[in-house]
Amino acid sequence: MKEFSVLIAGKAGFGIDKAGSILAALFNHLGFRIYIYRDYPSLIRGGHTFSIIRASQKRISAHCDKVDFILALNQEAVDLHKMRLKKSGRIIYDSSVVKSEGTGVAFSDIIREENASEIMRNTCIIGSFCKTAGIDWEILDKIFRRNIERELDINLKIARRGFDAVQPAEKIEPIQQAPMPLITGNEAIGLGLIKAGLKAYIAYPMTPSSGILHFMASNAQSFGLKVMHPESEISVMLMSLGFAYAQEKCAVGTSGGGFCLMTEGLSFSGMAGLPAVIILGQRPGPSTGLPTYTSQTELNFALSAGQGEFTRFVVAPADPEEAYYWSGTALNLAWKYRIPSIMLTDKTLAEGVFNFDLNSVKRFSEENIAFWQDDQVKKSNSYEHDEAGITTEDPVKTIKMQDMRLAKERSLIRELEDYECVKVYGNKKSKDALLCWGSNKGVCVEVADRLNLRAIHVSVIWPLPKEQLDKSLKGVRRLISIENNATAQFSKLCGSAGIKVDKNISKYDGRPFSIEELERKIKKEIK
Amino acid sequence: MSELNLNTTAQNTWCPGCGNFAIMNAFKFVLQSLAGEGMPMSNVVLVSGIGCHAKIADYINVNSFYSLHGRTIPPAEAIKIAKPGLKVIVFSGDGDSYGEGLEHLIFAAKRNIDITVVIHNNRVYGLTTGQYTPTSPLGFKGRSTPAGTKEAPINPLELMFSSGATFLARGTSHGIELLKKIFKEAILHKGFSLIDVLQVCVTYYNMYEYYDKRVYELSGHNSQDYEQARAKIKEWDYNRDSRIPLGVFYKSERPTFEENFLISRPADADINSKIEDYLKRTM
Repeated sequence: MKEFSVLIAGKAGFGIDKAGSILAALFNHLGFRIYIYRDYPSLIRGGHTFSIIRASQKRISAHCDKVDFILALNQEAVDLHKMRLKKSGRIIYDSSVVKSEGTGVAFSDIIREENASEIMRNTCIIGSFCKTAGIDWEILDKIFRRNIERELDINLKIARRGFDAVQPAEKIEPIQQAPMPLITGNEAIGLGLIKAGLKAYIAYPMTPSSGILHFMASNAQSFGLKVMHPESEISVMLMSLGFAYAQEKCAVGTSGGGFCLMTEGLSFSGMAGLPAVIILGQRPGPSTGLPTYTSQTELNFALSAGQGEFTRFVVAPADPEEAYYWSGTALNLAWKYRIPSIMLTDKTLAEGVFNFDLNSVKRFSEENIAFWQDDQVKKSNSYEHDEAGITTEDPVKTIKMQDMRLAKERSLIRELEDYECVKVYGNKKSKDALLCWGSNKGVCVEVADRLNLRAIHVSVIWPLPKEQLDKSLKGVRRLISIENNATAQFSKLCGSAGIKVDKNISKYDGRPFSIEELERKIKKEIK
Repeated sequence: MSELNLNTTAQNTWCPGCGNFAIMNAFKFVLQSLAGEGMPMSNVVLVSGIGCHAKIADYINVNSFYSLHGRTIPPAEAIKIAKPGLKVIVFSGDGDSYGEGLEHLIFAAKRNIDITVVIHNNRVYGLTTGQYTPTSPLGFKGRSTPAGTKEAPINPLELMFSSGATFLARGTSHGIELLKKIFKEAILHKGFSLIDVLQVCVTYYNMYEYYDKRVYELSGHNSQDYEQARAKIKEWDYNRDSRIPLGVFYKSERPTFEENFLISRPADADINSKIEDYLKRTM
């Protein structure tokens, strides 16, 4: 098998996530490239949760609907997902509690016999899966030793019982490729910010951006970071401006609801010329919406949040490499121009697990831009102010200062001409092109490859890279825009810049497009 | 003591007789005195909110952060955490910090972060032309409550006391000598300090006479005694026509928040290898 997907499912609290990451580590070690889609409800215990671990010879960042293996820890796992199983696929299930076709092993009985805790059924099912898939015990043993910190011996024993209980049915052969780092989008964002000289990270927990806070907090000592979790997002944003005033590079992370509370501070950043970096992880709204699912609904919000008119930079990276590059670049640009940078992510990128190739990322380094002179009295002001920071209501000074704030956008546009804000993939000569932004790149590029189409991915949302877009669109007759929202926000933004989108494909059920789903929808359009 | 020039080019627009003058002059005096003792003025950062009080940022020639309404505390905390060597002094109004930004004040006290907060408590919104604030007495007739408020005021010192503040005091804008003394003591205190200044708004709520009749300076009070402090803080509830004690109510010591952030940043070369190490561990 050169490409396959494994779905593991059960209740929240069954250790589905941990099992998923062990399977991913296993396939990574076998030379496969990995993408994990994690689907879980907004609760701690009880709801249905699953992960799809997709492994392929080449880099991937999207999931397939059809899977080769289902690892079922409860009846729901079979009932909800058996329609995903390929004809050649196989279900491995806990026969003590599940009725199904396929390979049943009484995991619950094994756990009882070994006096182990119930959560270790996930270990046991991994053992059975490996034997079924023709993966050697020695490899699994190695992966367990690397990835399990607590109760390793009992885990190994349980896994071995699962392994011994079944017979090989498939053969997953190792690929001659070295394993690659395996990280979430959130980790990539954190690393990119750190690379660009981040000194402080401030956030109030909110899915899907909490992962950045956890990453920063648990690595604070090693990277020399000050990590704060204050009383609210209002405080988060204002603290970030305090750090900027004190010349310490700082970033904040949140989702739509938290960003609502940050908007007064965002506007303050624009007025005072205090640099700010906001990671805005999108999830379906309005309001609390679907907290643990994905969307691309905050584009308009990011573009217009905050009272008044000021220059901002808005970027939406596609994958961990872009997340690393653009988070660092967003920090650098914020400091260079003394503006707010907003980075749009979503649950798909933030919490998805991907391979990461640091060597393929364009180099950037920390830009040291101090904006105060040492002997200067440093005055920042939320009122309109003169160049010394003293409040003014003078009409001439008002115009001068406002023009200065807006002139930053023209400089930013010129600078961005040297950056890859738009990239073209697939058949670059095809007259049919898919247009996407943010995390939809993975699925769009793969579908474009399958259908021999052009795929255009836009990373920089604002200032809209009009020239680069025009160039990427040369020779395109039919432009299909793909977005995870109901109102085609990016498509409309392009429309306002004179770029005509012929068809919008929208998905707003909180789930990312699967390869098959998008392929089906596009085939219908290009018939 | 050599005289510092603490004036700016900004024209002062406070009403004649405004209590803010006493606060500003007392503070300027303390700055002169600290400068005379060797503290460089570049180490001082003044943070103000929005309201009449906040113009103090324009009027004093020291580093300042003229923030948003209710948002003095978060940037002040951040500046202190970023640069623990700085003296961060917040000037804020009662609407500004007891109203819109109250949660920040509670958390700053809870953290015992080493900043000084001076509240210009005139018990009325001046800049928005005369509405009630969280410390206006019950029945206060303002432009948004023409029939009188139906809610009793909070006692901000009691609230700060139970939130963990380690220095609490009260002064009035008719007692500049006491303000000078308290401000300096508060600035030198290690930990979160708050001074509630009964500052009089001559235009919308002129309380000079009322306060003059009732205030008295604490004497023989042990500010390190928790129970004594509580009793004195509770003596006046901002509503009753009782006597109003002034002075330092409470002073105690406990570790400050920013001490937890004494982190040394690795060299740039180190950062690259640390990133690579991190990535290796994910394989």
